[in-house]
Amino acid sequence: MVEENSNSGGEFEREPVPDSALLGNGKFWGMYAGEHAAGTEFMIGPLFLAAGASLSDLILGLLLGNFLAVLTWRFLVVPVAMAKRLTLYYQLERIAGGTLVKFYNMVNGLLFCFLAGAMITVSASAVGVPFKITFDIPSNTFGLSNPSFTALVAIVGVVIALVAAGGYERVSRVANIAAPWMIAVFAACGIVSLAQMDATSVAALSEGKYWSDAIAFVQEKNGPQSFGFWQIVVFAWLCNGAMHFGMADLSIFRFAKSKSSGWAPAIGMFLGHYMAWIAAALLLAALIKIQPALAVGGDGKVSANPGLLAFESLGWTGIICVIIAGWTTANPTIYRAGLAFQGVLPKSSRTAMTLVAGAVATIAGAFPNLSAQLLGFVGTYGTVLGPMGAVIFVDFYLMKKFGLRDEYATHSGAQVNIAVLVAWLLPVAVGLYLIIALGVFAAYAVIPCWIACAVLYLGLSKFTQSAGPEPASV
Amino acid sequence: MNNIAKIASLITLGLVIVPCLLYFAGTIGLDTVKWTALAGTIGWFIATPMWMSRELPVDADQVEI
Repeated sequence: MVEENSNSGGEFEREPVPDSALLGNGKFWGMYAGEHAAGTEFMIGPLFLAAGASLSDLILGLLLGNFLAVLTWRFLVVPVAMAKRLTLYYQLERIAGGTLVKFYNMVNGLLFCFLAGAMITVSASAVGVPFKITFDIPSNTFGLSNPSFTALVAIVGVVIALVAAGGYERVSRVANIAAPWMIAVFAACGIVSLAQMDATSVAALSEGKYWSDAIAFVQEKNGPQSFGFWQIVVFAWLCNGAMHFGMADLSIFRFAKSKSSGWAPAIGMFLGHYMAWIAAALLLAALIKIQPALAVGGDGKVSANPGLLAFESLGWTGIICVIIAGWTTANPTIYRAGLAFQGVLPKSSRTAMTLVAGAVATIAGAFPNLSAQLLGFVGTYGTVLGPMGAVIFVDFYLMKKFGLRDEYATHSGAQVNIAVLVAWLLPVAVGLYLIIALGVFAAYAVIPCWIACAVLYLGLSKFTQSAGPEPASV
Repeated sequence: MNNIAKIASLITLGLVIVPCLLYFAGTIGLDTVKWTALAGTIGWFIATPMWMSRELPVDADQVEI
């Protein structure tokens, strides 16, 4: 990845972080406290209910899955990050070659566009509430909602893209300031929803009738569906697969002074991917209880309209929260996608490429079904990007043990390390086939693809390194 | 000045959360919850930038899910 393409942190992009710049544990806890309570949470929470997850499975499954995610950060990412103290991109460049990293980054950028598109849909759903613009989800994946909502998505998308073209700093500051308030609003939404469903006593809370009634309503409208305990565990564990198994958070933990900083994602997970998901799911359950007609879309099926859900719970505060959450998630997403596209077309301006990314995201946002499939998308995201973490893992732990050269691209001068390319794309292609053609739950593919990539990379390196020229020492 | 702003932030955050608990306990109505939450929200975004003008975290441009 070229220097101008990755400016997270602004410094030490192509050198190890020096001891003088290391950060203590408190910084990481503070940083992660504001993470993972994002716009996506407003969509993912209700989708658990819509998918038929039982309350006990959700509570216990999320607990276990998030715990596994924290362990993965602590024991997979942090040791490598602290030993190398390099960004993911620079480390990959040294292993895979600059051109291959640009390709990886472009794939990343395209996936980001769809994620940003879902957030534009989420924000538009909130903006539409005061204007009485309904959020209809068509039956086709690439079907448009009603014309008013589609026009609203276009307006919201243009505004977010223009702001993203101005850089990420201003919005990041807003996100930074909003984070504690956003967590409070998520908690408030959950508490209000429980009260709206008269689940205010220990007996009512533990009986869980408010939840089972909502599930029964959804199943009656949408048809029988199930989302079991292990699906919840694996989803919670691997929805951030790109960040931990994929090692994207090397860029964060390269600043860690102590390995115990690796526990810090726990606060993000248990606030964002536990409390916030359950609270957001309760919003849909409450809407079904108090105004079932509003929970049903034009197609007669129950759908999650984040803006409406939050409005019915906390009024204008809910709407403001959904807009800010969607916007502060979409903004850096479009910004980073723009950087990725610029890496492929270095002569283009960052502003132009950010606007291109914004246009792609806006088009994606116009198809509400894409945001309704966020559970699957997030798993696919981990399946595609996660295996690159296996390449870093093998390079760090195993290459020398097997008598092979680590950081081969740096030593051989290759722009594309064929072993990495094949080891990455082959399992991902199989994984995508299983997900798209055979309907396998996307998060299930993350770990098999990761392991397959690791084995292939090691095996192929044995072949390519012995066939290639003797690498120079660097 | 910073301390006053921090206290103001804490109070405004309380305006978002505490009324919800009172509503949960059946003490106040939902409309009151909504208006106090809005007042708390406005107050939060006025008070908090006064003291939370810290440097951006190292992952400020990273994507969250």
